[in-house]
Amino acid sequence: MSGSVVDNTVSSGNSSAAIPTDVSGQILDLDEDDDLEVFSKDTTLTDGSSFNASMQTSPASMINQYKFEEDADTKDIFVTVDNPESHVTAIETYITYRVMTKTTRSEFDSSEFEVRRRYQDFLWLKGRLEEAHPTLIVHPLPEKFVVKGMVERFNEDFIETRRRALHRFLNKIAEHPIFSSSEDFKIFLTAASGELTSHKKQGPGFLSRMGDTVKAVAAAVRGVRNRPQEFTEMQEYVEAFSQKIISLDKVTQRIVREQKEYLEELKECGPTYALWSQSEEELAEPLKNVAGCVDRCCKETEEQVKNLSDHLIPVLHEYVLCADTLKAVLRRRDNIQADFEAKTEALATKKANRDTESKVLSLAWASLVGRSPEEVKQQKLKGEIKEMRDDLDKAEDRLEWANNALKSDWTRWQKVMRTDLRSAFVDTAERNVSYYEKCLAVWESFLHSQRTDAEGNGKVDFS
Amino acid sequence: KQDASPPPRVPCKPMPTKNNLLDSRQTKEKRSFCMVEKGTSLLKKMEISVAEAEKRTGKNAVNMQETYTVYLIETRPVDAASEGTNPVPDSLWRRYSEFELLRNYLLVTYPFLVVPPLPEKRAEFVWHKLSADNMDPDFVERRRVGLENFLLRVASHPDLSSDKIFYSFLTEENGWKETVFETGFQAKADSRLKALNATFRVKNPDKRFAEMKHYGDELQSVISQLLRVRARAADRLYGVYKVHGNYGRVFSEWSAIEKEMGDGLQSAGHHMDAYAASVDDILEEEEHYADQLKEYLFYADALRAVCRKHELTQYELEMAAQDLTSKKQQREELATGTIRTFSLKGVTSKLFGQETPEQREAKLKMLETQIEEGEELVKERNAECEEFVKSAWVDIERFKEQKDHDLREALISYAIMQISMCKKGIQVWNNAKECFSKM
Repeated sequence: MSGSVVDNTVSSGNSSAAIPTDVSGQILDLDEDDDLEVFSKDTTLTDGSSFNASMQTSPASMINQYKFEEDADTKDIFVTVDNPESHVTAIETYITYRVMTKTTRSEFDSSEFEVRRRYQDFLWLKGRLEEAHPTLIVHPLPEKFVVKGMVERFNEDFIETRRRALHRFLNKIAEHPIFSSSEDFKIFLTAASGELTSHKKQGPGFLSRMGDTVKAVAAAVRGVRNRPQEFTEMQEYVEAFSQKIISLDKVTQRIVREQKEYLEELKECGPTYALWSQSEEELAEPLKNVAGCVDRCCKETEEQVKNLSDHLIPVLHEYVLCADTLKAVLRRRDNIQADFEAKTEALATKKANRDTESKVLSLAWASLVGRSPEEVKQQKLKGEIKEMRDDLDKAEDRLEWANNALKSDWTRWQKVMRTDLRSAFVDTAERNVSYYEKCLAVWESFLHSQRTDAEGNGKVDFS
Repeated sequence: KQDASPPPRVPCKPMPTKNNLLDSRQTKEKRSFCMVEKGTSLLKKMEISVAEAEKRTGKNAVNMQETYTVYLIETRPVDAASEGTNPVPDSLWRRYSEFELLRNYLLVTYPFLVVPPLPEKRAEFVWHKLSADNMDPDFVERRRVGLENFLLRVASHPDLSSDKIFYSFLTEENGWKETVFETGFQAKADSRLKALNATFRVKNPDKRFAEMKHYGDELQSVISQLLRVRARAADRLYGVYKVHGNYGRVFSEWSAIEKEMGDGLQSAGHHMDAYAASVDDILEEEEHYADQLKEYLFYADALRAVCRKHELTQYELEMAAQDLTSKKQQREELATGTIRTFSLKGVTSKLFGQETPEQREAKLKMLETQIEEGEELVKERNAECEEFVKSAWVDIERFKEQKDHDLREALISYAIMQISMCKKGIQVWNNAKECFSKM
């Protein structure tokens, strides 16, 4: 792990100070890593349209994709997901993806790794991270296959969209100061398939997980009493954000639908002009020309629609899922606080009981027996109280840790969200500009051809 | 009549109205789109425009209240405008039905000319946002432009421009209708049945006219199809742009809960609103293009009318010739006493015996007269036919050139519109991009 990592550990009471506030000027210092190629800004990662390994999504090319706004440290781990392949067994058919890692971190045995993983493996990793860090924000995974709009599980577009999302997921993990040093993450990136399977089985048992769930449900039912204001504000924000991002997702999908319908109609225009040109003599050439222009604009529109579907929609969708993640994280934090409050109450009750009971029976028993049973009881109570106090301390620690973790990860998440959504919208705007520029060129070439024609014949004055 | 090479065409300048500014393609004020030949004597004298439209209510032929639109026709002597003084133009109001009457008169009176069409009576090929209501102000406005265009086309036609009825249409408000009816043009109109009959039975129409008619059919069919497709595409494009308005709303709401992102989002939202709003102008301009296509859709009809008239005159010639031939044959039979063809006369004569020499003499004499008359008729009709073919073909050639020129211009203006739309798109999205990068 590189040097000045963001300090999110529990012991620091003021963890947010460790994150540099003005990071706008941070860029990768290339001198430190001479084996990294610098490509010109291109769409390598977001534009993989083919199904095979020839895509340029090598870790090295990712260097341009990330603005290092939050981490002062240089990026020392690069992960890519590509090369989906289909596997057929007797029981099932599934897709695996190649996960390649390039890293200079010392805790890794070597500097390059290549493994194959399936969607289930990603799900496992996410679960492990959430379990270990209930109040940190784990980037969402693309959803499981849902029968929606006739998308087949092995449809090329679906697989490509999922691949991109899995790639983003792993990169978000790799960029996260805490997650990226997770042992589970390391194993995910490096272990051979067999190793991974056996490691997966070692997790906390099913029953203990059940036990945690029961406790969590109990705490949830009880509810939190004194939620700090900042977390209430967070919740309000998440509610509103969730609504907005869902709206944006819907609006964008609607735009795609409308554009597809527009495209359907436009596709008939070109052929109609071409048909017309067949009845004409003088007009045949300009009509054919117009037909060609309309057809070319159709192609551009088609590409534009695909771009929206492939690039903007998945990102918006991920942030819809993020909103749900945030809600879950806040809920878990609440539960931890509820648990702490419950234990505080229980301890106070116990202490109160001890105080009231200590007066009773003392005189009566003292004379009968050598050691007063009251003492025994007192002893027992003392023991119980100590246990509860220890428990409470742990709960308090857990709560404090959870709150601090959430607070700093919240700040981090907001920065990442801002970066992601900003670049998604900037990208969309650029594609729109490019679309219009291409169409503009098409029509200008038509005008030009007509101009040279007309001026040659001395027919029309264009001024 | 027609010049060997047409004089250079100049875009017609509309008369100054209260909204009118420069004569340019960019003016929002809709202006006529025909290229007018300044060479006709009428246009050398006067400027013509349809300046305004107004709603009126009144009693119609069956004494019922109705609302209709009237259009103000303004005429002004050419010299006055160029001298710099701006006298009040002469003007009168006409309603659409009067334009129709004028055109019907022209159609009957000049069947060998491709008579310019009127703008459509009812809005067709509309896409959903555009109203199909005749009272809709946009429709009325487009019709005003179409009517002006019609008048300018007629005024710039070498033959039609000198018609007296046309002139009085422009200058005499009262009594014009009576004047038209007095010409008795309605009696000269060919019945549709007669025309249809001729189309089916004509044997030797001029090949060129047959081809022209076929071309007219094709032109009508393909322009209809184009207008339909275009209207549907316009509908869809409207949807695409308008949905972007939702981005504006959501960005605005979202910016309220964000701190650093707020400004960028808010201003990007404004650009999305602008983008959504821009489609209205874009589609309005496209309607203009559609109107240009529609004019030629209706012109196709006028072209076919000329071809049908040719078929009729040719047919009538053929009928007269056929009649003459049969009469000559009858004479021959009578003279030689042989009956070559089956005739009732032949049968009856066989049955009831030959007629007397006096009867035969009388018949022969009658036949001779008829044959003489028949030959005159054939000569006449032949001359008519030839004359028709000659004049009609000249006008068809003129029309072809006009059509090629106008439609090419229309395609060019369509391209210019597309370019303008693209430029607007580029601008909006560049602005949006700038705002997004400040998010």
